[in-house]
Amino acid sequence: MRVPRGLWANPGRMDEWARIEDMPLVRVTVMLKPDLLDSAGRAVADSLHRMGFDSVSQARIGRVVELKVAEVNEEAIRSMASRLLANPVTEDWTYEVVE
Amino acid sequence: MRAAVLQFPGSNCDQDALHALRGPVGIEAEYVWHSETSLQGFDLVFVPGGFSYGDYLRCGAIAARSPIMQAVVAHAEAGGYVIGVCNGFQVLCESGLLPGALLLNRDQKFICEDVWLRAENTRSPWTSGVKGLIRIPIAHGEGRYAAHAEDLKMLNEEGRVAFRYVNAEGEAAEEANVNGSAESIAGVLSANGRVLGMMPHPERACLPLLGGVDGLQILSWLGSA
Repeated sequence: MRVPRGLWANPGRMDEWARIEDMPLVRVTVMLKPDLLDSAGRAVADSLHRMGFDSVSQARIGRVVELKVAEVNEEAIRSMASRLLANPVTEDWTYEVVE
Repeated sequence: MRAAVLQFPGSNCDQDALHALRGPVGIEAEYVWHSETSLQGFDLVFVPGGFSYGDYLRCGAIAARSPIMQAVVAHAEAGGYVIGVCNGFQVLCESGLLPGALLLNRDQKFICEDVWLRAENTRSPWTSGVKGLIRIPIAHGEGRYAAHAEDLKMLNEEGRVAFRYVNAEGEAAEEANVNGSAESIAGVLSANGRVLGMMPHPERACLPLLGGVDGLQILSWLGSA
């Protein structure tokens, strides 16, 4: 089952819209490897401290990519994650399937 | 020597590169759009700076997967010359032509200033023309070079570190490493020395009008190759 072409250009096709809503969602989370300095995360932690949240010892910022897929193919997801969504040199990734 | 200056959506240093190559360096140079698939007839590929694809996902990530990049990889594997500057360096790392990656600057600020560079070897035409320290501008927010420990070891052992950020005395001191790069690395080479990636902009230091001509120590060999 493929996403019908032209759907985005013609949202009046409500029956096809419904199919995307029914599709499984794959949520890929990408984080910097733990041994790398996350300078943006450090800025956020500093900001939280200035706001009075003393209990925060570290903040790290990642990226979430949500994919709507026609079918859940774990090998394809691993391939997408390692070949584009994450840079394996500097990032680790995990994913979950949200039905 | 004929140069292809790649253009991705969002590249903005392509005109500087073309101007430097055709003018002070004195070689033929043309733009090649990212959706082209052939580099036939070109000896050098110049991957310019900018914000290709708006730095979406990661800097250079989407550009590295553009159609033209397959031809760039084939060109490099066949012994062709490639230089990636700033976003171009990011693209070359994302494409696997060079090890490592470029991360957000240590202090999270975009840095736009002139820096001193020291060439770390003379084995490549990109570095063998550099006599002493050179003054080159940088302009980047994501220029912190990072690589696996084994890759850093390999780069050092194989003489593949091209340039390091240094102070006016030529020392790779911490204050000179403005973006926090691993081992103050500003540029790296491929195993055959023909592919160079560097964060500073040599193409912006080729005209006295722009404040300096030290960039010619990196680029002028092209004019007599």
